[in-house]
Amino acid sequence: MLHIVVCIKQVPDSREIRIDPKTNTLIRQGVPAIVNFYDLHGLEEALRIKDEFGARVTVVSMGPPSADKALKQCVAMGADEGVLISDRAFAGADTLATSYVVALAIDKVGKEWGPVDIVFCGKQTLDGDTGQVGPGVACRLDFDQLTYVEKVEHLDDSKKEIIVHRHLEDGVERVKTKMPVLITALAELNKPRRAALPGVLKSVRYQPVVWTTNDFPDIDRAKIGLKGSPTIVGKTWVPEPKKVDTQMLTADSTDKLANELLDSLFGTELPAKLGWA
Amino acid sequence: MTVSHTSLRSGMGILAEERFDAIVVGAGPAGSAAAYTMATAGLKVALIERGEFPGAKNIFGGVLYRKQLEDLIPEWWKEAPLERAVIEQRMWILGKESAVTFSHRNERYKEPPNAWTGLRVKFDQWLASKAEKAGAVPIYETVVTELIRENGRVVGVRTDRDQGDLYGDLVVLADGVNSLLGKSLGVHKEWAPDEVSLAVKEVIALPKEKLQDRFNLEDNEGCTIEFIGDTFGMAGLGFMYTNQDTISLGVGVMVNDLKKKRIKPYEVLDAVKQHPSIRRMIQGGEVKEYSGHLIPEGGFTSMPPLSGDGWMICGDAAQMVNAVHREGTNLAVASGKMAGETAVLAHQRGDYSIKTLGEYDRNVKESFIHNDLKKYRGIHGLFKEMNSDTLFGNLPQALNDAAYEWLLVDGVFKKEKQKKAIRTLRNAAGGNIDLLRLGIKGWRAING
Repeated sequence: MLHIVVCIKQVPDSREIRIDPKTNTLIRQGVPAIVNFYDLHGLEEALRIKDEFGARVTVVSMGPPSADKALKQCVAMGADEGVLISDRAFAGADTLATSYVVALAIDKVGKEWGPVDIVFCGKQTLDGDTGQVGPGVACRLDFDQLTYVEKVEHLDDSKKEIIVHRHLEDGVERVKTKMPVLITALAELNKPRRAALPGVLKSVRYQPVVWTTNDFPDIDRAKIGLKGSPTIVGKTWVPEPKKVDTQMLTADSTDKLANELLDSLFGTELPAKLGWA
Repeated sequence: MTVSHTSLRSGMGILAEERFDAIVVGAGPAGSAAAYTMATAGLKVALIERGEFPGAKNIFGGVLYRKQLEDLIPEWWKEAPLERAVIEQRMWILGKESAVTFSHRNERYKEPPNAWTGLRVKFDQWLASKAEKAGAVPIYETVVTELIRENGRVVGVRTDRDQGDLYGDLVVLADGVNSLLGKSLGVHKEWAPDEVSLAVKEVIALPKEKLQDRFNLEDNEGCTIEFIGDTFGMAGLGFMYTNQDTISLGVGVMVNDLKKKRIKPYEVLDAVKQHPSIRRMIQGGEVKEYSGHLIPEGGFTSMPPLSGDGWMICGDAAQMVNAVHREGTNLAVASGKMAGETAVLAHQRGDYSIKTLGEYDRNVKESFIHNDLKKYRGIHGLFKEMNSDTLFGNLPQALNDAAYEWLLVDGVFKKEKQKKAIRTLRNAAGGNIDLLRLGIKGWRAING
């Protein structure tokens, strides 16, 4: 049976984040935590493969103990197991240190529950936006990496072959490769499912497996956490709001107003850009 | 829980047929109180909520009372998220540019506290979490679409999720004012426009110090203000409650009056915000939230039967709101607790028919819920019979005009002033006989 690992991260819901106008910093308080949006597309693809071919789906996440909620959500959707890598020693990790630990964890997942065939990651996180962890993990595991995947065209579970479409800036690349492989998912890949009721019931009582540094006897402590993170944040700032010309339209009737709005819109480049004109 | 760890992990089949002792629909105060009561007694309870989390879709004016929840969770206020302890309650009768006010402030409301202002988003989450910790299984973001019935008995619920049927020995309906499940049972019809009001509310942020100064408060003290009048002559009640650093300002108006006058609820709120007595209290504040919700106003005469074979109904879904005293959540908590206790009894007896569940009806009948609502049962009829313009427009204005005349020092003899003041009120009511009749009717309406 195929063994698929999905890497997920719990992130603050970016739709709910507001910026404190006085201090220009993010108001983190009270912002709900969600599973990184792209990661759910990776999970959905794994679950579709499981539905079609039968597979074991293990979800891996690194984060604080409260991230167990994210793993429970994945179990509700249909994942078989959730592993939370959680230890104070991992805190403050940048993408280099994170990919080191996540790769170790996936290696351990393989030893515990069978060799891993596919790893799914989101193309990037909503909070960090770098898109570096997926490729970093692939390098360390020595897996082929297929980034920005928008479609899984074909999968052969006996030959362990997969054909995917990669979304590039100037077109689509159709690639065939052998497993094991790491895939980073785009939103176009699929529509994540809503958990069925039995899954929700299962997830309520489910407790993810938790791994700390003690579960990795050979871990190189110089490569984890803040110490293992060479990234330096030089400066963060909020871009000045762009000044946009505002045109106020007035008319005696809503019909006239609508027509005026359409006239002025068609006077711009917008219709051409949208393919209307 | 008898399902072993290994079988849990072996797959989902075993859980799909999972049965519950009780299923609660709606994780508001009524549902969570019922779930908490049952789970604490060891029943296996499912708590279903359509919102993303409990409280996500719930709104109220903003006052929580100590007593009923204390019966369920001793000293609950020490852990619950609350805004301010209410030590002063004011009643404003508004005229166009004026107000006649009554208030009561008392240090004795501090220890023990009587009521607090609160916000449902936080409070409902907390109360549901108590039920969860007691063992209730939370099933959120899930809509119950219908009740499953066998041989006329409710045996479970159908949800909007895949493989979404859930079976239980009984179902507690706490699905709120617009109880679709109550309707599906046929225990109540679609509420008539004179049985519900539509309330709109804004949460307005104000620096804490400014807020405390304006409302004459210190530390954690809070103040509530209710107002009538100046609502375009429609039956309605406004409210202004102090939170930590926000003010909840809203107004609820009977739906039939909104319909008749063709006025939108937010227009009423916008007008209220311009009233000189209110404008000053919220000046400089920033609107943080805007919300609207139906409030059950039918009271005693609109209450449906409360139980049947396999089901009980509580809270707003059963019209349990005392509009005169702006009490609602406490009735919800009390009814949820009573439904929960009856469920425990039914579980012990193994009887889920109306024979045992009817115990809940009987308990409600003996409680303050039934008795308080019964006391005010005439109110609904009074509003129906009386012109809202008279009750909520002309009379409040006349009272203000009379007060103005009475306090104005202009050399007119006091005797003359008194006559004039009474005349003003009499004319507003439509004459001597009508004023007398209104007095008698009003007295009867509030004295059952």
